[in-house]
Amino acid sequence: MTPLLIAQLVLTLFVFIALLHSAAAMVWVERRLAALLQQRLGPIRVGWQGLLQPFADVIKLMFKEELRPRAADPLLFALAPIISATAAFAAFAVVPFGASTTFFGLLDQPLKLQVSDVNVAVLVIFAIASMGVYGIVLAGWSSNSKYSLLGGLRSSAQMISYELSYGMALASVLLIGNSLSLTDLVNGQSGVWLGFIPRWYLFLQPLGFFIFMTAGIAETNRAPFDFPEAEQELVAGYHTEYSSMSFAMFFLAEYINMVTVSAVATDLYLGGWHGPFLPVSLGWVWFLIKVGAILFFYVWMRWTLPRYRYDQLMAFGWKILLPLSVINLLVTAAGVLYFGL
Amino acid sequence: MVTLNHYLILSAILFAIGTAGVFVRRNLITILLSIEIMLNAVNLTFVAFGRALGSADGQIIVFFVMTVAAAEAAVGLAIVISLFRHKESLNPDSFASLKW
Amino acid sequence: MGSEGIAFYLFAAIAIGASLLVIAQRNPIYSVLLLIASFGALSGLYVLLDAPFVAVIQIIVYAGAIMVLFLFVVMLLNAPHEDTEFDERVHPLLRPGPMRFGAFLALVLAGELFWALTRGGDTGAFPGGAVTSVAVIGRSLFTDYAFPFEVTSVLILVAMVGAVVLARRDDPRERRDRGGA
Repeated sequence: MTPLLIAQLVLTLFVFIALLHSAAAMVWVERRLAALLQQRLGPIRVGWQGLLQPFADVIKLMFKEELRPRAADPLLFALAPIISATAAFAAFAVVPFGASTTFFGLLDQPLKLQVSDVNVAVLVIFAIASMGVYGIVLAGWSSNSKYSLLGGLRSSAQMISYELSYGMALASVLLIGNSLSLTDLVNGQSGVWLGFIPRWYLFLQPLGFFIFMTAGIAETNRAPFDFPEAEQELVAGYHTEYSSMSFAMFFLAEYINMVTVSAVATDLYLGGWHGPFLPVSLGWVWFLIKVGAILFFYVWMRWTLPRYRYDQLMAFGWKILLPLSVINLLVTAAGVLYFGL
Repeated sequence: MVTLNHYLILSAILFAIGTAGVFVRRNLITILLSIEIMLNAVNLTFVAFGRALGSADGQIIVFFVMTVAAAEAAVGLAIVISLFRHKESLNPDSFASLKW
Repeated sequence: MGSEGIAFYLFAAIAIGASLLVIAQRNPIYSVLLLIASFGALSGLYVLLDAPFVAVIQIIVYAGAIMVLFLFVVMLLNAPHEDTEFDERVHPLLRPGPMRFGAFLALVLAGELFWALTRGGDTGAFPGGAVTSVAVIGRSLFTDYAFPFEVTSVLILVAMVGAVVLARRDDPRERRDRGGA
């Protein structure tokens, strides 16, 4: 056991726990922000400013009875939330969230602030995102309930449709960054243009960023694209029949997916941990600020925009977003060729 | 130590399992799945040989095999759906007549 | 046996076990899911073979796209069991007649391949210098293999049109209702 290996294990554990707590924190932030936008107070009773509310919720969920419809397929019904939660956690494994650091001289060699550095990281994220569909489809099918099935089918159709645009947006960034490794992509965004504009890919890929965020919201099934849930039509969509901790796992997966999409967007478009004023070793602070800003945007969207109609969503995905992303990719490729970036 | 032979034997076993599936099963979907197993066994051989010869060609052929597999799955499943509409059955023996 | 050996045998066992269960399963949904597990194990083997690109593509294309298609069709048809009464009673792998003959043929094939492969003697360890870089694969794909690459795009187009035409509900009554031919 070298110190570096121990540090790596500690880091992995830290990321896991941080993700768990980020979901809890997001629940609180979301409820408070929703309350703010709707001019009410939201949870304020449990702990200071209601900060302990998510933990109270978790304890409540743990003590609830685990229900299963008699007609459900027992194995798949139990497996579906596990697949969802696993896919959500796994995607973050390749996301870097800070520059290499020795923790102020604690370690001999610098440690990358990333669970594992893969040279095809961007593709890994894409692959794991496509595995998340299974959790939802299986939950919908195995519950043997019409609302679940409709929710599951809708959301899988939605995720598959928007995956294409998502992939095209990723490909455009890869063209500019000339790498499949997220660390390389982030390091390609250090420095400034003209002395004050940060060299973020956001400014080279404004359309790509828009496509990525839209497809990301659809991929994570958040409002205004939250069809799998669509309370007014489908009760609660694919997790209608779930209760207790298996419901909590779906809930967890949704929030962690949000955090992951925001982290990937930060790495790809917003320069990751690069920012002014702070030394490189504190770059993760910038990273957290940027991720927080995108998460705020997510919540803001949810409580501002009404839900689309399902056919509008599919038409938008296939007829507008996909052609736009193809054009964006072609223009980017032409630009890279012409300017030799 | 894991050598090329290990991978080739594994691939042979997988291929035989796929073959057995095509012969034994009487469900169109399972037969299609067995064909996928066979294609994957072949892919494994290509990658293993590419690794042994230090060339990228093995991986590129796998890329093409996957494309063909995707096309095959799409058309095959479309045929399964249209067959199922006619006979409400997935058993290949129920489609033995030349005309319906 | 190093860690690579352990990983190889683990993934190989998962791949073989899951594939066997795929063809032994009655319920197609389980077959599809087990096949995904088998593909996951194969993806791990590709990582061991220093081909991370193929490993990820395996998950994206096979597990993420093709298998979702299968799952959709199985759910759509909603015909989880093989049809006849006979099929209900006897497990697929234990049926008499032509099926047993088929299983026998497959065993012979496995035996033959095994025999042929072990006759060649030990192949030794893999040499160094694996192609792991995606850039090398991409360059080769768009230069040496440019023509096959373009042909696959035509193939996919044909498959797409074919799938739409085949799966379209071609009901004469419906056509009359629409006022067409």
